[in-house]
Amino acid sequence: MPTKPTGTLYRGKTGMWSWVLHRITGVAIFFFLLVHTLDTALVRLDPAAYNEVIATYKTPIIGLAELGLVAAILFHALNGVRIILIDFWRKGTKYQNLMFWIVIGLAILIFAGFAPRHLANVFSHLPVGK
Amino acid sequence: MVTIETPRSPRTRKSANREKWAWLFMRASGVVLIVLIFGHLFVNLFLGEGIKAIDFAFVAGKWANPFWQVWDTLMLWLALIHGTNGMRTLVNDYSEREGIRKFLNASLWTVCILLIVLGTLVTTTFDPCPDTSVVDALPQFCK
Repeated sequence: MPTKPTGTLYRGKTGMWSWVLHRITGVAIFFFLLVHTLDTALVRLDPAAYNEVIATYKTPIIGLAELGLVAAILFHALNGVRIILIDFWRKGTKYQNLMFWIVIGLAILIFAGFAPRHLANVFSHLPVGK
Repeated sequence: MVTIETPRSPRTRKSANREKWAWLFMRASGVVLIVLIFGHLFVNLFLGEGIKAIDFAFVAGKWANPFWQVWDTLMLWLALIHGTNGMRTLVNDYSEREGIRKFLNASLWTVCILLIVLGTLVTTTFDPCPDTSVVDALPQFCK
């Protein structure tokens, strides 16, 4: 059933949501990259200072945030391949919707392989007053 | 606000290719970054004890090998330029005032260049066995 135009160009389908998600995940990854470049730079200053800062990456809360980071990277990377295929493959635009779901499926699959292992690493031996 | 006087007039070639190169760079660097970042995540977060194993000794062990120095330096450059150019796209899309748009883009590229210089200095001048009072933090091969 046709609905009244709502004064927006956004179509609300997979094409739009993949675009929105690509932007959100991109911004999130960008800001992590800024922090990660700075924290890694500490190796050049002082080994002990680096160890202290990197220890926060092993805490439960940041450990969970890392799952979010990996999920964001998985989507952004796989959807990036989808974008390239849309741009360069003759049938890319025809299959963009199917490819979106393949992206989601692959991301979930790889995430499912990563998450249990990462959670085990984060929660197996919490620092007990070393 | 840019108004296009005659939208159907043939496009002028003058410096029209810069955006095309940026567009192409996003795709080319994206493909390379998939390899570099997935490899990085696999080795650092999946193998062995993952995040729990990461400390100075772990990084020193990796960067004692030129292979990982090159890997990480290339990843640094590509990721920062790819990310900054992506942010530039968002800034161009959403900023409404020309002055703010220019300021944000200038800030983005300034941060990008500073971090590339900093990160490259770190990976290329890195010493896996520095003088430190905390000898425990050093990798085995230093002792």
